[in-house]
Amino acid sequence: MASPSTRAASAATGSRQDGRKPLLRRIASHWDIYLMALPGLLLLLVFRYLPMYGILIAFKDYNVIKGILGSDWVAFDNFARLIGSDAFKRAFANTISLSVLRILFGMPVPILFALLLNEVGNALFKRAVQTVVYVPHFISWVVIAGIFIDLLSPSTGLINTLITALGGKAIFFVTDLHWIRTVIVGTEVWKEFGWGAIIYLAAIMGVDQELYQAAAIDGAGRFRQTIHVTLPAITGTFLVLLIMNLGSIMGANFEQIYTIYNPTVYAKIDVIDTYVFRTAFDTLDFGYTTAAGLFTQVIGCVLLIASNTGIRRLGGRGVY
Amino acid sequence: MKKTRGEKVFNVLNLILLGILGISCVLPFVHILAKSLSNEVSVLAKDVLFVPKGFTVAAYRYVIDNPQFRRSFFLTILITVAGTGIGLLTTCFTAFVFTRRNLPGGRLIALLYVVTMFFGGGMIATYILYKQIGLIDNIWVLILPASVNPFNIVLMRNFFESISPAMEESARIDGASNTRILFQIILPLSKAALATIGLFFGVTFWNSFMGAVLYTTKREMMTIQLYLRNMLTAIDNMMDKNTEMLDTLATETVRAATIIAAMIPILCVYPFIQRYFVSGIMIGAIKE
Repeated sequence: MASPSTRAASAATGSRQDGRKPLLRRIASHWDIYLMALPGLLLLLVFRYLPMYGILIAFKDYNVIKGILGSDWVAFDNFARLIGSDAFKRAFANTISLSVLRILFGMPVPILFALLLNEVGNALFKRAVQTVVYVPHFISWVVIAGIFIDLLSPSTGLINTLITALGGKAIFFVTDLHWIRTVIVGTEVWKEFGWGAIIYLAAIMGVDQELYQAAAIDGAGRFRQTIHVTLPAITGTFLVLLIMNLGSIMGANFEQIYTIYNPTVYAKIDVIDTYVFRTAFDTLDFGYTTAAGLFTQVIGCVLLIASNTGIRRLGGRGVY
Repeated sequence: MKKTRGEKVFNVLNLILLGILGISCVLPFVHILAKSLSNEVSVLAKDVLFVPKGFTVAAYRYVIDNPQFRRSFFLTILITVAGTGIGLLTTCFTAFVFTRRNLPGGRLIALLYVVTMFFGGGMIATYILYKQIGLIDNIWVLILPASVNPFNIVLMRNFFESISPAMEESARIDGASNTRILFQIILPLSKAALATIGLFFGVTFWNSFMGAVLYTTKREMMTIQLYLRNMLTAIDNMMDKNTEMLDTLATETVRAATIIAAMIPILCVYPFIQRYFVSGIMIGAIKE
């Protein structure tokens, strides 16, 4: 990859005398570049920035007829109701629990997979495995949920057929409070571990081969080469991903939970997004649900900024 | 290099383990595919594992005969094609803008994008505002919001920056305009990035579900994912209430066939594009 400095120098060549021109002339001379920026900015303005104006609703007793500006201002009433709501507290706790479980189980698997794949000498086998494990990442949660609800069905599902054939008792996986979090985390790990390994495979590919030869000469076997050469090479990537995941702990995979859950397991996997969605369209209490979303977003935003600062401290580039 | 006995054992075990992992990623799909191609009796008798029993394509005929399925399928194809086109164009333009380091206001433009990565209106405020500007049951609401994606723009910019600056410089000396440089120098050198990011966009649009749930109410606007979801949950509800009705409703095999049909476009495109990110051309960009 070209270094930023040479790139900047080349970008400047087209307008090397720019520095001496007045600002307006400089802007005018780049008119075609601004025109290129326009479509993206327009989309951003309408579909990302305009909705932010709707956040006002969180501080209002929103009434569809009165509109956003016309509705009565209630300051922090909606937030007070949030704090008093057990369902919201449950969703808040579930969101964090699921995120922690996802980090705990979702992060090691791609690393292990990448390390094992790296030990394979046969390029064809390696490529075949890679091709196959990326597939679930590209399939929608509606399809994945459909397949797994079928596989885990107590009456017709393949898994329960196996369990009963082996003499066990059928398990109602998706309605069982003891099993539902395993289902959520398990399907997530299954869907994403292959894709998640790409970033580690890239880091491993970047390791100088001489390091392995040097380690081998020093008498290190393959296991010790992995511990002392490969692992240090991916530690940086791991830390950046870990911090990013910690920063997005308030985010849950809405589509996944929405397509898998049912009322019997709300206690374990109802997260803020699903709670907001259900409450908003069941009760039409838009002020309260906007407040719930905003409350969570502000916490999430602080965490994200903190995690980005963390990544920059580590010398990474951060998200922005 | 001579291998120790331990290494040989490890190699074999490793190949077996990776093989199992690989197979585990496709086996659920194979099971559903086998079900969709079997007759109903074998499926209900739990005879079908990974090979169809009593081979028949009746389920697929039933799926295709449904006018709502056809409508949803072609609507989603339309959304995917339009969205991927608009998304790629916007991404290329914006990424090109971000490679101009000395552009007055360039940092402000970047900031506008960065803010949206940290903060947004949230589900409900977005819904209300979209409703106010007439986007409910409007096909554009399924296309435009997802066609601007900061992550893809960053990927594309990183790729553009990996192209030798000398190429652009010589074109500029020849008097090429910015538009020409983008379309005739940079984009032809970025086929791998275009394929990969195009796939990302295509997958996003084909798989998009929440947009349809939130912003559409009419049958004419029902995307394929929403259609599949409605079909799957309708059967669930029926099973709770009245098992006998199953005979007249969509059956196990039809359910399986619809699931497969909802993946087909992705499975058709994936093999042609996966080589780009498997061979690591994009990896440099992803790594950033």
